[in-house]
Amino acid sequence: MAETETRTRTGTTTRTAVRLEAVTKDFGAVRAVDAVDLTVHEGEFFTLLGPSGSGKTTLLRLVAGFEQPTAGRIELAGQDVTATPPNRRDVHTVFQDYALFPHMSVEQNVAYALTVRGVRKAERLARAREALTTVRLDGFASRGPAELSGGQRQRVALARALVDRPAVLLLDEPLGALDLALRQEMQTELKELQRTTGITFLLVTHDQDEALTMSDRIAVVRDGRIEQTGPPVEVYERPATAFVAGFVGTTNLLRGEAAVRVVGRPGTYSIRPERILLTDPAEPPAAASADGRRTVTGRITDIVHAGAHTRFTIALPHGDRLTVHRQNLTGLPQSARPDGEIGLSWDERDAFPVPS
Amino acid sequence: MPAAPTPGSRLRLTALLAPPLLWLTLAYLGSLAILLLSAFWATDSFTSDVVHTWNTDNFHELLTTPVYRTIALRTLSIAVAVTVIDALLALPMAFVMARIAGRRWRRPLLVAVLTPLWAGYLVKAYAWRVMLGEDGVVGAALAPFGLHGPGYGTTAVIVVLAYLWLPYMILPVYAALERLPERMLEASADLGAGAWRTLRSVVLPAVRPAVLAGSVFTFSLSLGDYLTVQIVGGKTQLLGNVIAAQVTLDLPMAAALSAVPVVLIVCYLAAVRRAGALDSL
Repeated sequence: MAETETRTRTGTTTRTAVRLEAVTKDFGAVRAVDAVDLTVHEGEFFTLLGPSGSGKTTLLRLVAGFEQPTAGRIELAGQDVTATPPNRRDVHTVFQDYALFPHMSVEQNVAYALTVRGVRKAERLARAREALTTVRLDGFASRGPAELSGGQRQRVALARALVDRPAVLLLDEPLGALDLALRQEMQTELKELQRTTGITFLLVTHDQDEALTMSDRIAVVRDGRIEQTGPPVEVYERPATAFVAGFVGTTNLLRGEAAVRVVGRPGTYSIRPERILLTDPAEPPAAASADGRRTVTGRITDIVHAGAHTRFTIALPHGDRLTVHRQNLTGLPQSARPDGEIGLSWDERDAFPVPS
Repeated sequence: MPAAPTPGSRLRLTALLAPPLLWLTLAYLGSLAILLLSAFWATDSFTSDVVHTWNTDNFHELLTTPVYRTIALRTLSIAVAVTVIDALLALPMAFVMARIAGRRWRRPLLVAVLTPLWAGYLVKAYAWRVMLGEDGVVGAALAPFGLHGPGYGTTAVIVVLAYLWLPYMILPVYAALERLPERMLEASADLGAGAWRTLRSVVLPAVRPAVLAGSVFTFSLSLGDYLTVQIVGGKTQLLGNVIAAQVTLDLPMAAALSAVPVVLIVCYLAAVRRAGALDSL
């Protein structure tokens, strides 16, 4: 259901905001970006998700114009900007460390893009205030960046980048320096901001929660290549590679012999820990198998209480191990205690084949 | 809970700080005080001996004699000119060192800037005397353009002083530029600013305290210098060499004269302090 919705939403936006064609970037002998093709639609919240060193930040810097590609072509709104310097590209960046100008007030920081373009002072100030209102920082205009908290600086950086409504906003790990509660609050706010302004957001993060929560589409980056592009649900539910399955959320990866033993078929399979149900081992397995469910029994080796859910590690007879996440509701099977025998069951479609 | 200083630790701290503080008070501030005091004494015009009679004649003479005023103003102008020239030279030089030169070139450039500081002052001044002389390198280099060298005089003094104190300006500016995060320049370009705009709005404000800090050196060293002017100054008289000349003839007058650069430097430091430059020293 959610999946079709996402498809229609992105399907209706046909114009292209950012396009990368076979873009490669070498730093000396190191290939940071390897022949990447990427299309970001107008008005989309697009996320580049990957571990550190995967080349995702380099991709962002290539779009901003801070780096020149070794090969390939970069387009913004259909225009070739491969050789265009950063100051002539209609994109603004929110830097990871915010990069606010320390000798300017909040207001001067926010108005900078307008000052540079020679907008009259009265209009400049009015629009800076307006931008500060959007990020809920009224009354902070005359302060200096040093007097602000991390979260407030973050908002100033956002206001500064949004003040003259660029075609694309680039965000480089914008929430990385914030604490968890603030990060979650800002996630909602960023998404809201993107929706109300209609500006294309291209975000870089290593945090899969962030990517899954905010994005219309995600590209999973690894070793300078894109492993998979798609809406969050698709990337999570239908990982295209074993890497994606492991990086986006946690998963049980079963290969070779283990796949045959546990899943019942040869190949490589991913089963999400929350798709496995804990059942009473006494319950006859045959009854469950009838509607396409697979059932195995094992022994609990570890139980970790992780707040809203509990993480069970279960050893299967041949030494295979499965991780199971269970929401902390009531009605846990009697045997769900350390060293207890437990039954596991999952829908066979949830053992999803991934190319290894 | 922060530990209160025990009697033992306090004693040790006192023992540690006493010698330098004593030195500072006696040798440094003490000599300044005596200098100022002797400015209020008189000189026997016949024997040149110092007469310990309290009077303000020296300061009266200093303020009313036009020659002294001219010399003080000339010294001040030269110090300002040297400072401005050094700032103008140091900015691009430090920028290249901190921002453009790669890691391989940064160190050699830094060494090149520092090396002249290790050479003797007199050696450098005399080297300039040779270069600025009748058949010197400077004249020879300018000849093809139909120009003459400045010869010995005020211009030569400015050139040599600007050369001598340049490292004191380059180093703080270089340090400030090196500290300036690359992100700031990127952010400026990202928001639509060209190179000049970024220089004016981001780089210069960031190095302003460093330039002021460097100017404290170039300004005060120029005010107090008396050897350069003797070597390449020709007939130019500056406060420094007037004081030097007076020391043997009329010590109290020399002391009164030397109060002039002290007052000027104190005023300058106060102005610079207001601009917040001393925080970066």
